[in-house]
Amino acid sequence: MTTAISVKNIGKQYKIGAAESKFRYNMLRDVIVDTVSAPIRLAKAMIGKSDRRQNQNFVWALKDVSFDLEEGKVLGIVGRNGAGKSTLLKILSRVTEPTTGTVSVRGRVGSLLEVGTGFHPELTGRENIYMNGAILGMRRAEIDSKFDEIVDFSEVTQYIDTPVKRYSSGMYLRLAFAVAAHLEPEILVVDEVLAVGDAEFQKKCLGKMGDVAQQGRTVLFVSHNMSAILRLTQEAIVLNKGQMLMRASTQEAVDFYLSSGQAQAGQRVWDVEDVPAASAPFRPISLKIMNRSGKAVDTVRSTEPITVEFEYQLDAPVTGLRVGMYLSTMRGEYVLTSFDTDAPNLFEKFDSRGAGRYISRAEIPADIFNEGRYTIGVNASSFGVRRYFMDENAIAFNVDISGAPGTHWPEPRVGPVRPRLNWAIEKIGE
Amino acid sequence: MTQLTKHEPTTIYIKPSKGLAALNLRDLWVYRELIFFMVWRDVKVKYKQTLLGMAWAVIQPVMTMLVFTFLFDKVAKLPTEGIPYPVFSFTALLPWGLFVVALNQGSRSLVAHNNMVTKIYFPRLILPISSVFAGLVDFAIAFVILVVLMFYYQVSPAWNLVWTLPLFLLLAIVTALGVALWLSAINVQYRDVNQALPFLTQFWLFATPVAYSASVISDKWQILYSLNPMAGVVNGFRWALLGTGNGPDIALWVSTGISILIFISGLFYFRSMEKTFADTI
Repeated sequence: MTTAISVKNIGKQYKIGAAESKFRYNMLRDVIVDTVSAPIRLAKAMIGKSDRRQNQNFVWALKDVSFDLEEGKVLGIVGRNGAGKSTLLKILSRVTEPTTGTVSVRGRVGSLLEVGTGFHPELTGRENIYMNGAILGMRRAEIDSKFDEIVDFSEVTQYIDTPVKRYSSGMYLRLAFAVAAHLEPEILVVDEVLAVGDAEFQKKCLGKMGDVAQQGRTVLFVSHNMSAILRLTQEAIVLNKGQMLMRASTQEAVDFYLSSGQAQAGQRVWDVEDVPAASAPFRPISLKIMNRSGKAVDTVRSTEPITVEFEYQLDAPVTGLRVGMYLSTMRGEYVLTSFDTDAPNLFEKFDSRGAGRYISRAEIPADIFNEGRYTIGVNASSFGVRRYFMDENAIAFNVDISGAPGTHWPEPRVGPVRPRLNWAIEKIGE
Repeated sequence: MTQLTKHEPTTIYIKPSKGLAALNLRDLWVYRELIFFMVWRDVKVKYKQTLLGMAWAVIQPVMTMLVFTFLFDKVAKLPTEGIPYPVFSFTALLPWGLFVVALNQGSRSLVAHNNMVTKIYFPRLILPISSVFAGLVDFAIAFVILVVLMFYYQVSPAWNLVWTLPLFLLLAIVTALGVALWLSAINVQYRDVNQALPFLTQFWLFATPVAYSASVISDKWQILYSLNPMAGVVNGFRWALLGTGNGPDIALWVSTGISILIFISGLFYFRSMEKTFADTI
């Protein structure tokens, strides 16, 4: 097997903060000085001696990422927003340069980072196919030979000589995807394009991607859609804060990703830098899932009550605060929403909370959950006033159903809840 | 490209570039068809949904010529070395118009196509280059008008010199491209360029012998004057077409030298900034 992509210790550093300092004037004097010295500053900046350099902050969007990918393999990339997925794809498709490290890529890289790049509204569908093809690196002869196929795939045959500004947004996206999908590069980089078009077209796109993989091409696939990742890839890497946490079979990587952020089993801890500044004065500290004996656990038994404990700090008094959770299945269906001041007596007693450290604790009774994996999202807000903090995927846990109602039949049951209902059976006649 | 995929795929190495970036003109050659398509698109789109369409390529220089004729011929009565003023000024307006379009479109090209720059790889040089080439179509149309004007005023061209015209056209392109390379790259980080362009264009017009003859400048200022490469281009056009002026003299060589200097330095500046375009645009 030959290696299609070899990534060695790549890192990408971005400057932040420079733009803000530029426009922050405190005094009229500053404004005048700034205006007078502007030409000098421009000249300095052009020769690369910016005097603003010292007050710039740097962040690593990607750090020390290394992996090899063999030809013909499909690799999924998962991670939260800001984990560095898009930066990685941009480096691989040569849109931006890495700050450190090297990459070698064997063959042409086709990127579906954004379909329809270079489309011009005044040009017809036909003209845009040629234009877009050329931008994506196709030769004219190549576009000629694939033209009919592209038009068929896009389903806009009748409108092919109409300017694309007259297209519906669905037609526009279909045409754009059709060109990109027919690029036939050795390596295809796909980022969230499956969000385009209607369900029918999405199916077609997934099919096309499957074809591409079967033809022995190498595919890198980024998506937030875990079911698409599971369907299309066998292997995936997990990125977090610019670092590669793991590379494993897709099932394992997706599980890991969904339960990531747990410092230890059954516990999520927020470091100071994990909390957005906008959350102040609210600061989350930890979230625990505990079994009956008070131990933080990753797997709970459905036949026992479980305790959810959320610890947080208020750096200033807050009025009308409610802290709560959203509980949902891994597939994204909500199971319940609950807040700590749902009960009227607590609602009155904690109308205002002074600065200090708090724990909001809830007991979820036994016999609620069905078998499976669930996530808890946390939320802290003052109703109708402000939302301080929210983490939709704060922690995940498994539910074991041994001893639950109906387990003497070894069959999976549908539905997220599995309560112990009081059945009665009466014989009411002969 | 079906043939190409059958070839052994070439390996690309991606790593941080250090120091002076290599020009990598080979890549530009691989993407030559994209230059063609960009020029074709610019030309095609430019006059879409306009009432007068391509006529604008004629109206703009002709109207300018009429205004100049009124101001500088009828009112100021500037000397024109025996050539009817409309022909005299239109000969200069040809390369000047090309330069202005190339300068303005070229300098804005990177920012105008920022969605391409941030989404896909292609040699960034293609953007200013194709903007400059797109100006050649308008130039060709305006050239036909010049021929008509010369017939009308019965000015016979300097037949023995006309062959040098493409060289001056090349000088105009090199100058415009050189300035566009600098300004488009600066514009990515400092949008001040957008504000400065109209002013720069106007100032440059006065510093170039478009409306007047270079002979009105006294001899001791001639060399300083020739530091403006467009002065060399405009004088060259008049010399090649009408036979006026000195032809290739020191001033022309100075203009050419400056133009090449701007072009080469622009090329390297552009290439060295290129790696940051997608991050800062």
